[in-house]
Amino acid sequence: MPQSPFIDIKNLSVGYTSRSGKTIPVLRDVNLSITRGDSIGLVGESGSGKSTLALAAMGYFKRGLHVISGQVQFDGIDMLNIERNALQRLRGGRLALIPQNSGQSLTPNLRIGQQITEALRLHSDLPATSFDAGVIDLLSQVRLPDPVGLTDRYPHELSGGQQQRVAIAMALASNPEALLLDEPTTGLDVTTQAHIMELLRDLAKDRNLAMLYVSHDLGAIARVCNKVMVMYAGETVLTGSAKQVLLSPRHPYAHGLLASIPRLNETSLPQALDGRPPMPSETIMGCAFADRCKLADRTCYSSSPPLNHLETGEAVRCFHHDQIGQLNQKTEKSARSNPVAADKDTALSLANLAVSYSRPRLLSKLFALQDTPPSTVDRITIDIKKGETLGLVGESGSGKSTILKTIAGMVPAQSGNIILNQTEPLDTMVEKRPAAYLRQVQIIFQNPDDSLNPRHTVAQILAQPLRLYYGLSGTPLRDRSIAILEQVRLGEHYLERLPSQLSGGEKQRVAIARAFAADPEIILCDEVTSALDVSVQAAVLDLLDVLKRQDGTTYIFVSHDLAVVKAISDRVAVLYQGRICEIGPVAAVYSAPFHPYTDALLGAVLEPDPDVAPRLKADDAVELSPPNLGCPFQRRCPRKLGSICETNIPTAQEIAPGHIIHCHISQVDL
Amino acid sequence: MLIRRVLLGGVTVCIVSLIIFAGVEMLPGDACTQFLGEYQADEELLAQCRKDLDLNRPAIDRFAEWTQGAITGDLGLAADGTTKISTIVGDRLKNSLLLAFCAMAVGIPLALLLGVVSGLWRDRLPDIIASTLAIFAMTIPEFVSATLLILVLSVWLGWLPGIVLTSAAAPASEFFPEILLPVIVLSFVMCAHIMRMVRSSVIDVMASDYVQMATLKGVPYWQMVFRHALPNALLPAINVVALTIAWLLGGVVVIEVVFNYPGLGRLMIDSISDRNLPVVQSIALIVASVYVCVNLAADLLTMIANPKLRTMYMRK
Amino acid sequence: MTVSSTSHQQEHGRFMTVMKDILARPSGLIGLTLVLFHILLALLSPSIAPYDFKLQNSSLMLSPPSSEHWLGADHLGRDILSRTLMGGREALLVTGIATPLAVIWGGFIGILFGLVGGRVDEVLMRIVDAFLSLPWILKMLVLIVTFGTGIGVLIPTLTFFYGIPVIRVARAATHDIIARDFVWAAKARGHSRISIIWRELLPNVLDTLMVEGAMRWSWMLLAFSSLSFLGFGVSPPIPDWGLMISDARGFMSFAPWGVIAPVIGLSSLIIGINLSADALAKALGIDRAQKAPM
Repeated sequence: MPQSPFIDIKNLSVGYTSRSGKTIPVLRDVNLSITRGDSIGLVGESGSGKSTLALAAMGYFKRGLHVISGQVQFDGIDMLNIERNALQRLRGGRLALIPQNSGQSLTPNLRIGQQITEALRLHSDLPATSFDAGVIDLLSQVRLPDPVGLTDRYPHELSGGQQQRVAIAMALASNPEALLLDEPTTGLDVTTQAHIMELLRDLAKDRNLAMLYVSHDLGAIARVCNKVMVMYAGETVLTGSAKQVLLSPRHPYAHGLLASIPRLNETSLPQALDGRPPMPSETIMGCAFADRCKLADRTCYSSSPPLNHLETGEAVRCFHHDQIGQLNQKTEKSARSNPVAADKDTALSLANLAVSYSRPRLLSKLFALQDTPPSTVDRITIDIKKGETLGLVGESGSGKSTILKTIAGMVPAQSGNIILNQTEPLDTMVEKRPAAYLRQVQIIFQNPDDSLNPRHTVAQILAQPLRLYYGLSGTPLRDRSIAILEQVRLGEHYLERLPSQLSGGEKQRVAIARAFAADPEIILCDEVTSALDVSVQAAVLDLLDVLKRQDGTTYIFVSHDLAVVKAISDRVAVLYQGRICEIGPVAAVYSAPFHPYTDALLGAVLEPDPDVAPRLKADDAVELSPPNLGCPFQRRCPRKLGSICETNIPTAQEIAPGHIIHCHISQVDL
Repeated sequence: MLIRRVLLGGVTVCIVSLIIFAGVEMLPGDACTQFLGEYQADEELLAQCRKDLDLNRPAIDRFAEWTQGAITGDLGLAADGTTKISTIVGDRLKNSLLLAFCAMAVGIPLALLLGVVSGLWRDRLPDIIASTLAIFAMTIPEFVSATLLILVLSVWLGWLPGIVLTSAAAPASEFFPEILLPVIVLSFVMCAHIMRMVRSSVIDVMASDYVQMATLKGVPYWQMVFRHALPNALLPAINVVALTIAWLLGGVVVIEVVFNYPGLGRLMIDSISDRNLPVVQSIALIVASVYVCVNLAADLLTMIANPKLRTMYMRK
Repeated sequence: MTVSSTSHQQEHGRFMTVMKDILARPSGLIGLTLVLFHILLALLSPSIAPYDFKLQNSSLMLSPPSSEHWLGADHLGRDILSRTLMGGREALLVTGIATPLAVIWGGFIGILFGLVGGRVDEVLMRIVDAFLSLPWILKMLVLIVTFGTGIGVLIPTLTFFYGIPVIRVARAATHDIIARDFVWAAKARGHSRISIIWRELLPNVLDTLMVEGAMRWSWMLLAFSSLSFLGFGVSPPIPDWGLMISDARGFMSFAPWGVIAPVIGLSSLIIGINLSADALAKALGIDRAQKAPM
């Protein structure tokens, strides 16, 4: 017999009032019910209304939002018409939230102990005398080391992973019956994320919680949820079991979303989902997804599809859900450009490059008070062939972006050389490099909001390299600008727009267009897809690959996402604390034998597949600076040999031609 | 960190004294032409006077002597060559400080209260009233609001004395109730600036993730406001309070003139009119030092109250 | 159509959107109306004023409002309405010239040192701090007493001292902008320094400087009228609100109309400027309340 729903949201519509006085909906007629022991994943891209829905379950709406119609019930209690005291007892009591960004969700002026004690005092039956013990117990339940010492710390003294664990401990203080998780691992490193996901999974199982897990990361959802609900433009478009939704999605949007995720077990590029979701302020006639849907016909534009409940237990908002199979045939996988032949010329050499951010201060320079700290980046030697894509991958603090900035001349190298086209070493600062070289190396940044001048139109942005390098003006400039825009699949009418009038993906296309306008030989890509939604990411990756095939450009592609790097790169270097751990062709690095760090990283990747479990190898401690001596990974390495790892720099072992692992463990044992 | 702040403050005071000294040196004429000006002094008299006042020595020497004196509290002699500046300035400084402290005692708590109230009730009636009043208080010149208040409270209603007749050397207690009107005007203006800043800071903090988290943790509203929101919202106010106090030092001049209050500000105006430059120099130095000290104190306070800055300081 | 002409249109379009945004706010609408009204009045008042502002009539001394003299007469028997109408001319002229000059020189130095950075910048900031630690009234009075009053002294003095806080603001804005990726991108492309300043930096710093200018204007008016009030500003018989208030104060108990008219004139102008500055800052997305007076 099915249990009665624990959290029950019925026909909920939520909106805000625009400046012109119109009510603009962000949630439209949404139903959601969760029973005890259920964990439901709420999936959607930014702006789909998923966070609003999760917070609505607590009877909470952000400033400006109001309920248009519908009901929210928790265990039979009407959360929208509840007395204030009763609501306060429920919130953080029977119904607890784990927030998106714990770094900003913990109150900065209160110690960790004080914040958890507050939760205990409000919601638990513990006597005041045992609060301290309770806090320590909770902190050890979330597997935090040194819980006693931690209680006296302030939030900013903790790493991101520790802050997230504290937030979980605080949510558990009341022994809740339902947990709401709002993107709890976004922004964390892969290994940290994997550890937190395991913790959450165990908690949910042990306590028989009702869980609502909001995320754009389908890998995380696959790990903890047994049911999934997909949202698009404020509407539910698909619900079903995790296996149904993630393995054989019955809605074209969910299908496209899943196809756009790069995966470790594939060699091809992910499938791009073109277009963008409608803004909440646009009036939608018919199906909200019709514009981007390959199955759309006239009915889809004229009437909006109802949510069909299928016999299999799924619910789909689509007229053509029985034709999903056609999508697989319509989209042949785009084969990726072939790896470059090895005999091609070297485009760029990094020879023993080292970078240090810490400059000795005057006093310590005078009195030699301190030893010089180890360099942030050290011993980087890589040759990149023409037309090759080199991926640089690692967690935050691995020095991957620093290397890019050094190549671009924005950060001075401490020692070592950067050599372009096998000529003279380049000066380390961009101002001193000869103009002819500058055109050949272009950089694309992570966040287009920051890399495009907000006061320039697209035309002005593109004109900059065209004027500077080719002296174009007037009609030829405009023609060339239009041609470049078309290459990045943007129309002529974009020329007159300001960056604020573009979507995130369009902005990044303009940034790419600006880099290609110089017709460079090498393009440095610094986390270029990290700020984008996953479907947009696939489109940008595809664009980069097409352009490369046309022009034979060389890429250095920096990312923290191992699957993205795998999808786009020919060769990969794995970095830890500014040192190379492993480098080689993609296929070789992503399969055994591994450097222990590569192994830990790959094991922690969460695949959007409920049947694949991560393998957790190393702990997720955060190191702030590399060790003075020996192997950079010594402190976290699960296979550490002994003192040799602490004293000697690991030698480079060539496993196969071009595949090098820096480790003391012998080749046979790796 | 801490030492650096103190050193920077010291450097600022040194530069100020240099600017003051150089500025006065560069002005055409000196104390002697001024002092003897009325008699169309002949060269001989001027030379004698300059010798008496030690004006013939190189500027650097005199600067060194002046600063040395200033550090030990000896500010030298006024332009007439007989009165000690420290005695003239002493009483006036005491009176100005009395006025400033009273204004702060009224203005700062009121500003914090109004700022918090209008931040919490944003765009509602209390906020609209307080914010509109603040705009008026900030923009209308002090002499205008002072004049209007005298007109209403003193001339028409006769509640408070509109002018201060107490002599400079009188003890603090004798300034009541004459001091009340100047205090009201001064605290009114000061209050407006601080209130606006506190309001916007409260609005920012109330929209923050941690306030939302506290709410969703089930923390009762007022406990959330006092434990989670206000400590963080009021931190940035410390520096604004300091800057406002520093600004007060300038605003006080006009108010002292309007109310005939025997403080440093009126002394300054009189000295400038009389071209009593040594006195002007000394007042400038005092005012600048107060400014630097107040800012330094604000930095210190912020550092103590903000756990983030505290750990930064501990590490270094 | 060339690219440069489209950029022109863009600037024009932006001006229109910002203006629309300002006028859509009650504060902006009231503020701009007040400011425009005062500017028009300053231009037209010599021809509107019913009497000569310096015409003295001893029989009218301190007379209350009447049908001939709507706002009464002052202690010298001059028509208060005429004097109030003309009382803002001098203030608007002086501050209208000094404000843009102050923003230009302060902005220029601030951007320059923000770009140079390092030790030079540190030293400059100490000097700026030192200047700011002296009350404005002291700095101004010393110069005015030495060089005399009048427009010739007031404009350069106000320009100089009110440019100094602008240095600080322009420098901070410059620091913010040059740390952003689009400036790095321009540097990495190899654009000249001038081109980066002109194209990347200036358009973004100008917003901040415009708001700063509007605020400086209101503070400058405050300073100007305070100086007049203290007797260091405009020389009689030229009508000026500050001076009029100062003159009429002594007779306040029996002839309050002499104070009230100039008070309304002065206050409405300064409030108008402030409301406009507030609306401008909001339209440009710059928070004004965080700033302390200087």
